[in-house]
Amino acid sequence: MSAAAAPKMLARSGAFDLDAVRAQFPILGTTAHGRPLVYLDSAASAQKPRAVIEALTHFYEHDYANIHRGVYELSQRASALHDAARRKVQHFLGAADWREIVFVRNATEAVNLVAQSFLAPRLGPGDEILVTEMEHHANIVPWQLVAARCGAKVVAAPITDAGELDLAALAERLGPRTRMLGVVWVSNVLGTVNPVEEVVALARRRGVPVLVDAAQAVQHFPVDVRALGADFLVFSAHKIYGPSGVGVLWGRLEHLAAMPPWQGGGDMIERVAFEGTTFAEPPFRFEAGTPDIAGIHALGVALDWLQALGLEAVAAHEASILAQAEAALAEIPGLRVLGAPRKRTSLLSFTLDGVHAQDLGTLLDLEGIAVRTGHHCAMPLHARLGIPASARASFAAYTSPAEIEALARALQRIATRWR
Amino acid sequence: MPATATIAEAAEQIAADFALFDEYRDKIEYILDRGRALPPMPEELKVDAHLVPGCQSRVWLVARRDPATGRIRFQADSDAYIVKGLIALLLQLYDDRLPEEILANPPKVLDEIGLTLFLTPGRSNGLASMIAKIQAHARALAESSAAAPAAA
Repeated sequence: MSAAAAPKMLARSGAFDLDAVRAQFPILGTTAHGRPLVYLDSAASAQKPRAVIEALTHFYEHDYANIHRGVYELSQRASALHDAARRKVQHFLGAADWREIVFVRNATEAVNLVAQSFLAPRLGPGDEILVTEMEHHANIVPWQLVAARCGAKVVAAPITDAGELDLAALAERLGPRTRMLGVVWVSNVLGTVNPVEEVVALARRRGVPVLVDAAQAVQHFPVDVRALGADFLVFSAHKIYGPSGVGVLWGRLEHLAAMPPWQGGGDMIERVAFEGTTFAEPPFRFEAGTPDIAGIHALGVALDWLQALGLEAVAAHEASILAQAEAALAEIPGLRVLGAPRKRTSLLSFTLDGVHAQDLGTLLDLEGIAVRTGHHCAMPLHARLGIPASARASFAAYTSPAEIEALARALQRIATRWR
Repeated sequence: MPATATIAEAAEQIAADFALFDEYRDKIEYILDRGRALPPMPEELKVDAHLVPGCQSRVWLVARRDPATGRIRFQADSDAYIVKGLIALLLQLYDDRLPEEILANPPKVLDEIGLTLFLTPGRSNGLASMIAKIQAHARALAESSAAAPAAA
């Protein structure tokens, strides 16, 4: 999103009442080191609106019991809310069937589930798993674990200097030994919005199943898994205004139905006997043990909240914040933004000449400004960019123009004093 | 000879210095100042073999035993000033000390001066990793000197 697009975006976000949105986030009224909190680390985890916080409390105070077991009213009510949350996620993703929604702990666990249960049985020596250079470790390491066990290897499709996928190079690397493609929709470091529809189409033409890491996507723009055509998609509740501890795996029902369980226990069985146990249908086959019942309910509430706000309106607001941030950071001497993708959303990573990212984060913290520093769980990408670490400011529905101004002023002071 | 005779005295000195600063901000800026004042490590020592794992920035640490005194000389550096400042404090405590003295004196002073939040295991600044590395060097050098006493 270029700075030139800003006026249009600002006009479009006119209906978006930022003050009213911010008022719903109690934590935004707190201070850090005596300064008003400027929270610019939503890509690591989003803050929670009161609706979600109160849903958790209300659930524990009025509706809590274990699910799928009790014949009593309370358990049935908790179970009904649990099932309703699954349908909310189904509709949010545009999934064809509620059975395609598997609740896990986070996006990372969802990738691990697919790696262990879907991929491992079809992986042999010499096979390849293709990912991209801009993946989060969560979309690299689970594949490496399985690859090491099966004698396969994980290979990476390159990115361009602008920080975009090189689709031609990616197509070349989709070889006869490629058994899986893992691709991130939005880079957690570059903010690049990848053309995943094209990537998925490329892979499917070669018969390669695709997992899409949507952890930085679903909170920023509408997603429709049926239109996307991928095989699996994962995201985390905590990045989309929901509670921590809940993640979602969406998978095509025909895949899930054919996949063996990956963890054993209660709620995932059909019949248990010492002679042999048979397993429940998806999604329950993959949900051993008591899940985060309250958290899953609160995820449903978070999705309701976001949809009531309107993802289009949120996207327009975030685009105007991003344009403002791009323009403001361009004024800071010695500051370099990582990547220059044509399509970017809701975050900027940068370095400041002469100031290590860790010092930058520490100095911004003194001003009450929370940014992420380090390699952002993307060490291969930082190696590709030739830098050990960077700082990242990331934005959400509640990010205000005043916060971007505060960031820019603080960076200007740091650049003046510390460079 | 180190500036203070014992680790305990160095700890007292650090505590007295930090007592001058009430505000967290001032403590952090003092640590940054200490980092900027720390002499850089020779580039040839900044090799991967000397990296301390578990740090957000790169941290290099080398230790050698001075054969004349039996004391350990540490050299350390980082590409972040905040970490260099923490290194400066650790060197003030532990550089040029006997291995046994290092092992007998964990850096409690860092808790006392309000740097507890830096010390939790898993913190990305790597202070806990650096302390563990210093103690590991001290242990290794103490054992090697016990096995083969240095000629007096």
